[in-house]
Amino acid sequence: MSLSARGLSKLYRSGELEVAALSDVDFDLFQGELVVLLGPSGSGKSTLLNILGGLDRPTSGSVTFQDQDLTLLDDKALTLYRRDHVGFVFQFYNLVASLTARENVELVTEIATHPMSADEALALVGLESRADHFPAELSGGEQQRVAIARAIAKRPNILMCDEPTGALDSKTGILVLEALAKSNRELGATTVVITHNAVIADMADRVVLIGDGRVQEVRKNATKKQPGELSW
Amino acid sequence: MVALHLSPLDKKVVRDLRAMWAQALAIAMVIAAGVAMFVMSEGMLKSLFETRAAYYERYGFADVFAPLKRAPNALVARLQDVPGVSTIETRIKERVRLDMPDLDEPAQGEILSYPVGAEPRLNRLYLSSGRWLAPGNNDEVLLSEAFAEAHTLTPGDNITAIINGRKRLLSIVGVVLSAEYIYAIQPGAMMPDNKRFGVFWMARPALEAAFNMKGAFNDVLVAITPGANLEDVKDGVDLVLETYGGVGAYERAHQVSHWYVSGEMNQLRNMAQIVPPIFLAIAAFLLNVVITRWVEMEREKIGLFKAFGYSTWAVTGHYLKVVMVITLVGIALGFGGGVWLGRGMAGIYQEFFRFPFLYFQFSTSVFAIAGGASLIVALAGTWRAVRRAALLSPAQAMVPPPPTRYQRSLFEGGLTHLEQPARMIVRHMVRWPMRSALTVLGSAVAVAVLIGSMFFMDAMEKLIDVTFNQAERQDATLSFMEAQEPRALENVKAMAGVMQAEPFRAVAAELSFRGANRRESLIGLVQDARLNRILNQNYEPVSVPKSGLVLSQKLSELLGAGVGDVVIAQVTQGRRPTLELPVVQVSKTLMGSPAFMDYAYLGNVMQEPGRLDGVYVKLDDNQQKNFYKAVKNTPGIAAVSIKRTTLKSFRETMAENVLVMTFFNVMFAVVIAVGVVYNAARISLSERSRELASLRVLGFTMGEVSFILLGELALLSVLAIPLGCGLGYGLAWVWTLSLDTDLYRIPLEVTKQTLGFSVLVVVLATLGSGLASFRQIGKLDMVQALKTRE
Repeated sequence: MSLSARGLSKLYRSGELEVAALSDVDFDLFQGELVVLLGPSGSGKSTLLNILGGLDRPTSGSVTFQDQDLTLLDDKALTLYRRDHVGFVFQFYNLVASLTARENVELVTEIATHPMSADEALALVGLESRADHFPAELSGGEQQRVAIARAIAKRPNILMCDEPTGALDSKTGILVLEALAKSNRELGATTVVITHNAVIADMADRVVLIGDGRVQEVRKNATKKQPGELSW
Repeated sequence: MVALHLSPLDKKVVRDLRAMWAQALAIAMVIAAGVAMFVMSEGMLKSLFETRAAYYERYGFADVFAPLKRAPNALVARLQDVPGVSTIETRIKERVRLDMPDLDEPAQGEILSYPVGAEPRLNRLYLSSGRWLAPGNNDEVLLSEAFAEAHTLTPGDNITAIINGRKRLLSIVGVVLSAEYIYAIQPGAMMPDNKRFGVFWMARPALEAAFNMKGAFNDVLVAITPGANLEDVKDGVDLVLETYGGVGAYERAHQVSHWYVSGEMNQLRNMAQIVPPIFLAIAAFLLNVVITRWVEMEREKIGLFKAFGYSTWAVTGHYLKVVMVITLVGIALGFGGGVWLGRGMAGIYQEFFRFPFLYFQFSTSVFAIAGGASLIVALAGTWRAVRRAALLSPAQAMVPPPPTRYQRSLFEGGLTHLEQPARMIVRHMVRWPMRSALTVLGSAVAVAVLIGSMFFMDAMEKLIDVTFNQAERQDATLSFMEAQEPRALENVKAMAGVMQAEPFRAVAAELSFRGANRRESLIGLVQDARLNRILNQNYEPVSVPKSGLVLSQKLSELLGAGVGDVVIAQVTQGRRPTLELPVVQVSKTLMGSPAFMDYAYLGNVMQEPGRLDGVYVKLDDNQQKNFYKAVKNTPGIAAVSIKRTTLKSFRETMAENVLVMTFFNVMFAVVIAVGVVYNAARISLSERSRELASLRVLGFTMGEVSFILLGELALLSVLAIPLGCGLGYGLAWVWTLSLDTDLYRIPLEVTKQTLGFSVLVVVLATLGSGLASFRQIGKLDMVQALKTRE
């Protein structure tokens, strides 16, 4: 078991109104698997990812990682958790515009404990030849692959991807998904991909369907598809 | 209640301002500082100018002044005939010594004759209390207000004066003000000392009797006809007075009080011209960066407004309204501050400058110029950014701007060993070179403003040190009424408390060289002098050469004569010989513009060997009171100037003003530094909030993220410090140039303490601004960073 959440609820209060983004969610992540969290927008999947990634705290419930309850950690400890164990890939890449591809990766390897080299990480996503380019000189797909290289370079226990193909066309999106599948396969990092695109679910080991702040269904894929076989 | 009906866009103006209030206030304060300085200095200048002009006009202040030895009253007719003369007034003007019960040391005074029962044609007095002189009573005097106040004397009180060597008890009947003594300063003093220098007016017959001047006068006042040539009038008057011991007519510009008031007005004018533009330029820069960033962030909204059908002009107007509100708040604060400063200033001026009336006038033109200039500068600073945003087509505006293009900077070679955050700092700085440079310049100006004003204290200390510790080391200077025989020196040496005594001569002469003329006393100093010494260019004491003339540097500049040149000295006293004197040395002097010669040599050329005009003395500290007593009882001494009291009163005056001055300078520097740094931090934060939040998500600590943001500010500030010190030196240098006058020079002296203090103030202001933005970093929304695109 890589990570285990029990009874997670998240309430947002806006004036008189209380909105439950998550209600009583149990969720497990197993070592090395690739999980797709599938659900429409507003279903609570991002809230779940934020809590699992140590960006947000639940209103109630617990998240256990390596015998530690993340919900009890203070900001400093959560920062360390993200720094040492979690890799993030964002919908809009969030690269540092003033740093080249290699430097963006080095940004993370400089502060990580057992990182791979930046060039190694870029080679994993097939961008070794673009290492010295600035974000503004890269296509969207390339930028996202740099972001993946940046996320995996620290050899994270868990890789969190929030709509990684959300801003890309399908052809580029598939290239990005291939990079994710490859890193999952070769590095063994537990990978969580959030998406509202049902097609992507076919590349997962497990698919968790989220709706109305609850886990609606957990499905195991008997056969995983390769990203190259997907299309939308 | 009256409901305020604002259009939706105007409501947005109000809310946007509320959201950016801290930045807006920081900018408004910079504008306010500039406006306040302008309103104060320009308003004060106008007030002084108009007050003085009215005062001169109403009380018939003379255009030309001509002192002389003695002339019969009949000469008035000839003076009246000089072409260009409209009015002549003659009088008797002499020095007196005063024995004040509340002072150990003797005080000095000037005593002037005043008509009884009639108004003089020129230099009429303003009676502030008491009455005019009555006929027949020879002991009545009118007393200058400043001296009266310093000793709490009122009409009806008596005062003891030594007039022409005779002790007299005078009865004060009136307290007066004179346009001639707006700034009353003892000849040779650095600062007015109201306790030790007073001016008296006495009935003419009484003064004639006291100084054996029956039917005669020794001072002429001249008013000229409109359009008359001043030089011609002076020459004409000099010609008439030549044989009566005239020492040269001079115009208002060289009248001491007028000169000082004009000097102050020049300083105000400089202040009004130099300082406010600096503040306004900084405000324009700040408005530019803040508004540019803001309209960038408003792109989508601008697209929306235009999609709704708002015109480009309506959108432009909307954003300019925000600029206008910030500027108007600054102007309003500046008006208030300027009036407040002006009133305070008028209070200070009332202490130094004695006017019958001095009001700080609120002239609409001053306000109009300050307000108008601020609005224009603010518009100029923001117009382009606002207009460019407003011109975007709705479709363009709704699309986010392309990502910022960075490239390797020229310094990239040096960056290879840097970690990525440091690299981000440098690339961000280099990406906006203009903004970075102006931020550096802004902070540097804050440092410079402090150095440029605080250095005055250092310069004053240097001036005091050079003048009183290196050159004029005597504790007191005694001046005789007339040149004395050598035994007068022995008499002084025998006085209580005198440890050392050196005689000096002072001979009035007109020096000329290749058409340049200058009236100056030739000061004869003894060989190997220990008390009053001349200094070489490195401020080191040197002995006076045994023959030839030593010119002070200022006099050398005024005459255009250097070492090796021969200066013609037309002596205007005694036998009035004409001397050809080779310049053998140029000495360093910060006070006055003297000329020195060897004591014996000067005595020989005057054919009065051994005679002395005064004595420099060094005193035993424990015997000072006895010495003063002895001086008070020695009739032949016309004047005594005492270093200790001069310095003390000077320092007291300085100390009073220095705190106020420091407070305002620090305020101004802080306003600039905070305005520049805080806005730089907020804009940087706004531009990079998503990037910094992403780094937080990636596991960067608050400290590491703050380093990127505050590191850039720190680096810019570090660059600003040496630049600011350089600019400060430059500013100080400009001040020394503008204050380089015949009476004194301000040395360019900036101590480490001043540099350190100036840097410290700005560093603290920078740290404060950094801390304020540090709190904003804590509010970065990590979750939002994952979702939004720039």
